[in-house]
Amino acid sequence: MKPSVAGWLFAGPALAIIAVFFFLPVLAALAISLTDFDIYALADLSNLRFVGFQNYIELLQRPLFWQALGNTLYFVLVGAPLSVMVSLAAALLLNGQMVRFKGFFRTALFAPVVTTIVAVAVIWRYLLHTRYGLINYGLDGLGLPVVDWLGDPRFAMPAIILFAVWKNFGYNMIILLAGLQAIPEDLYEAARIDGANAWQRFSHVTLPALVPSLFLVGVLTMAGYFQLFAEPYVMTQGGPVQSTLSIIYLMYEEGFKWWSLGSASAVAFILFVFMIVAAIGQLAVMRRYGSGV
Amino acid sequence: MIGKPMRNLWRGFGGNIGLSFFAAFAMLPLLWMLSVSLMSPGEASSFPPPLLPKHPTLENYMKLFEYSSMGRNFLNSLFVASSATLLSLTFNVSAGYAFAKLEFKGRQLLFRGLLSALVIPAQVSMIPLFLMLKGMGLVNSWIGVLIPFVASIFGIFLIRQYALSIPTELIESARIEGASEIRIFRSVVVPLLTPILITLGLFTFLAAWNDFLWPLIVLTDSDKYTLPIALASLSREHVQDVELMMAGAVVTVTPVLVLFLALQRFYMSGTLAGSVKG
Repeated sequence: MKPSVAGWLFAGPALAIIAVFFFLPVLAALAISLTDFDIYALADLSNLRFVGFQNYIELLQRPLFWQALGNTLYFVLVGAPLSVMVSLAAALLLNGQMVRFKGFFRTALFAPVVTTIVAVAVIWRYLLHTRYGLINYGLDGLGLPVVDWLGDPRFAMPAIILFAVWKNFGYNMIILLAGLQAIPEDLYEAARIDGANAWQRFSHVTLPALVPSLFLVGVLTMAGYFQLFAEPYVMTQGGPVQSTLSIIYLMYEEGFKWWSLGSASAVAFILFVFMIVAAIGQLAVMRRYGSGV
Repeated sequence: MIGKPMRNLWRGFGGNIGLSFFAAFAMLPLLWMLSVSLMSPGEASSFPPPLLPKHPTLENYMKLFEYSSMGRNFLNSLFVASSATLLSLTFNVSAGYAFAKLEFKGRQLLFRGLLSALVIPAQVSMIPLFLMLKGMGLVNSWIGVLIPFVASIFGIFLIRQYALSIPTELIESARIEGASEIRIFRSVVVPLLTPILITLGLFTFLAAWNDFLWPLIVLTDSDKYTLPIALASLSREHVQDVELMMAGAVVTVTPVLVLFLALQRFYMSGTLAGSVKG
């Protein structure tokens, strides 16, 4: 057997499965989003009609779609930078030369990342409980006003963002820590000799060297946060008054509650477009401010 | 004036205090879950909220396994996650090796295509995939739940990056000695790939165990629910039973946490390898 034949034999099965069960469905989703695929078509395909961009046009005219899009962008644009900042703070602390018990701290800070999202969302639902929740108990103890976290449309999304930061910051922390460890000590030494203080060393040595890592975690976090679903499903069921309804939640309800599969596919594609635009936007920002990306 | 060693000591101390805050933030919700799961029914819903159970009891766990289908859901999750792991290792490892070490026509182009497809969110494929499975009568089947885990672009990428480090001379010399490609793969390549196989296996197991949206769509029969689906539906029915729900959360989270702790080294190295831009 020639190596070239072997290559196809070894890669073939996985490629075939990805082609049939991923690429084909993605193309089919585009096609379905141009039809009125609904519960009647589900029963009998002869009820299926091509409707062009009608699903997209109808979505753009629905307040609920704009609400879901706005909520998702809120979650992404506030939650993702906040997550990255918390991750960076944790990574900087872990990178401190004099810090003890690094292994323990690294594990403890990372633990939430591997937990089951549904299970920990259930925990947080009780932590955020207005009367018996520990969070309000703590706020009250500090003399701050208590908040109806998951029952008040103004606070439900911030509560979910807080939860998401808790769940995810450890992941980026690990990537950023590796980035920090790769910065040569000489650079800091040189900056010190030039009389740079701690803040100047951070902004002139650490940050520029960290740009590629920050870009990477920024893109990964945004892509992940655009797919918000399980958190509101478990914690708020999209409420109160749709304040935590996300794009994927809308897709799920359109598709699997109302069986409007054409419209749901259109929702999925709009999300995809937003994710690509966000990634390109970040690339542009990093090119402008960063060096060596 | 404080000398340098003294100042460093203080700086380390400050760093440890900062890290302790982070550790408390990360760990308290999990410790609270464990503590409440051992409380008597109704105990957590009092003011001020208790931190520790007055009389620790396993009542909630017993109730969970006797009156709900948690035991069954646990076995379902175990079966789905283990099968996903085996399937993923079977399909992705050979493909990752091929992309790293076997020259074949269109390899570069295919690989670049796969990488750029990483930006497509899985949710886009879910509706047609559901319809395909429906057409094949596979809705509410194990095959249906497992399909997305069989072959993954990320898995192939992870293996390929690692397999690139295998010295080509090793493979060449085995070839000259007349070993077949399959034999080379089995007795030369796979042993060298062991660490990354553990990493990929761990990633797949955790992803399948924690997965929510896809099993929620595909599994329609509560007999087949995995733990996250069962827990989500239980939490909608039993909103008031904090203690019972926390026991359910402990049962769901413990296996993955234990697995992570045992294989942490492989998890961390994989996280970094997987995040390197190709």
